[in-house]
Amino acid sequence: MNQTTNEPQGQTRGGRTGRLIAYGLIGIIAICLFFAPLLFPDVRSQEVAARICIFIVLVASYDLLIGYTGIVSFAHTMFFGLGAYATAIALKQMGPGWDAVIIGGALGVGVSVLLAALVGLLSLRVKAIFFAMVTLAAASVMAVLASQFSDFTGGEDGIIYKVPKIFSPATKLLTDENGKVLTIFGVKANGKMAAYYFVFFGSLILYFLMLRIVASPLGTVLEAIRENEMRAEALGYKVVLYRTAIFCIAAAIAACAGILRAVWLKYTGPETTLSFAIMIDILLMVVIGGMGTMTGAIIGATVMSVAQFYLKDLMQLASEATAGIPLVPDLLDPDRWLLWLGLLFILLVYFFPAGIVGTLARKGHHP
Amino acid sequence: MTPASLRIEDLTIRFGGHTAVDAVTCAFQAGELTVIVGPNGAGKTTCFNLISGQLRPSAGRIFKGDRDITGLSASARAKAGIGRAFQLTNLFPQLSVLENVRLAVQAQHGLGPVIFRRARSFGKLRDEAYSFLEATRLAGVAAQPVSALSHGDQRKLEIALLLALKPDIFMFDEPTAGMSVDEAPVILELIEEIRKDKAKTILLVEHKMDVVRSLADRIVVLHNGALVADGLPNEVIALPLVREIYLGMPEESAA
Ligand SMILES: Nc1ncnc2c1ncn2[C@@H]1O[C@H](COP(=O)(O)OP(=O)(O)OP(=O)(O)O)[C@@H](O)[C@H]1O
Ligand SMILES: [Mg+2]
Repeated sequence: MNQTTNEPQGQTRGGRTGRLIAYGLIGIIAICLFFAPLLFPDVRSQEVAARICIFIVLVASYDLLIGYTGIVSFAHTMFFGLGAYATAIALKQMGPGWDAVIIGGALGVGVSVLLAALVGLLSLRVKAIFFAMVTLAAASVMAVLASQFSDFTGGEDGIIYKVPKIFSPATKLLTDENGKVLTIFGVKANGKMAAYYFVFFGSLILYFLMLRIVASPLGTVLEAIRENEMRAEALGYKVVLYRTAIFCIAAAIAACAGILRAVWLKYTGPETTLSFAIMIDILLMVVIGGMGTMTGAIIGATVMSVAQFYLKDLMQLASEATAGIPLVPDLLDPDRWLLWLGLLFILLVYFFPAGIVGTLARKGHHP
Repeated sequence: MTPASLRIEDLTIRFGGHTAVDAVTCAFQAGELTVIVGPNGAGKTTCFNLISGQLRPSAGRIFKGDRDITGLSASARAKAGIGRAFQLTNLFPQLSVLENVRLAVQAQHGLGPVIFRRARSFGKLRDEAYSFLEATRLAGVAAQPVSALSHGDQRKLEIALLLALKPDIFMFDEPTAGMSVDEAPVILELIEEIRKDKAKTILLVEHKMDVVRSLADRIVVLHNGALVADGLPNEVIALPLVREIYLGMPEESAA
């Protein structure tokens, strides 16, 4: 059965080119991320690339909730933080071994799932707005706890720790015939590269897992719940259980993203995982990319992260280039970067009301 | 005597001061097609909502066979074999037609929680979903989102979902309302098909008197929430009370 025969011609063609553009962008981003250590070897770009990988996972897992199932939660950074802090504390207390990463990570994921199940079963049956409030409260409590138990968590300062030896910059990942660290295109194949690929492949696995989930029979049930909760129930689906299940799954994935973040940064503090600013970043990324699209997470996380890291530089250049003209350099002053970021966001939302991927692809109506 | 396949006892629901269903007692047998008639606002749909679990009764009990199902949730009742098509189209608008039916098929097979397999790789689910689309003449629009469908097609999809659940008890709420003259017979044939299976119980709310006459084994009349008549079609239609109730009805129904 030809799935396009029934659609009006114009819409099909528009949707198809849009989809091609979206997939093209994603392909380019994927290649850039895969070769990031070679293409962008400077420290700052490495930071950005790793952050993009981790945020793709974080945003996609949040999209499972908000875009696919229609659950509004503000507790996503709580689970992210639990994964990161558990790993960080284990590495600090047990020393920089894989055992610490595994035990700490497992604890972080386990606690996240338990907490998600508790919050979910207690409050997912009530009104969406009430649930959102409960998650907000839980996230605030977690942030307070993290700063109160400073013996463990380092309080506002956070924790600095060592990570497994393979990730230390002195480690020779590959060696040349002289026993020195091998350089590929002028880039050292050292522990830093190993750490990046740990983050990259960790994120890739988690992302594919989520693609699998949304394509599964359960994925369709989630969308059904978003579309018409009462009818899903009338077909025999226990809506509360499905909601709680996906809330737990999303929490577990966010916690895994937290593990990656903790290992990559060698530092965990409120600002890197628990802060509400991150929750807002996640929300903006989901909206920019497109809710309920999965691929939107890739574009949303990339656009936002690149803008956050490079807009200032760009504006510095622009304001220097326009130095002769009155007023313009002032407007382009790097200190005003947040203003421009806000403007960029408004423009994106205006031109891509369903998010970049959502608007370009118009959601393919696959059978 | 075997127990009735569905039995309601003193079923009552009040909305504020208004009693929408008023102490209705009635039993439905397997192999029987009962048509429920009554003027607008008589409480027919509300009665269905009580039976399929969308609403909780203020008083009264509901039994499926011997089992008291009054306390069960809507999803548990669906699993227990009570299937329902809605009067007002009640679907998943952004999902495709095929996905809508597949949701019902996978619910019936208990495959909702399957998470690590692609839904599209389940040939069985897909084929079965297609068979219901063919039965309701919807195979041609399988890939379209429900929101793009005509009203008549949405009504047919509503029926396809009910068929896909393979219930013991079928509840149709004005299945042909809003359908064109050539679409309605498809649905009526499907209902005829279901009633051939003598293990099934069919409840049908219908206004059109020609349809009522041709299908009903039995007619139940609701008026102001109360059951006012229950019997064989000829007897019930002849009742003065029923004629009186129907006098104010639109022409097509009063026929
Ligand atoms: N959720 C509700 N809250 C308040 N009143 C309700 C509710 N549902 C139904 N009613 C009232 O109950 C009465 C019965 O409504 P119902 O929809 O069951 O009638 P019906 O017999 O199905 O009519 P129709 O032929 O128009 O479909 C109406 O007066 C309606 O306004
Ligand atoms: Mg009605």
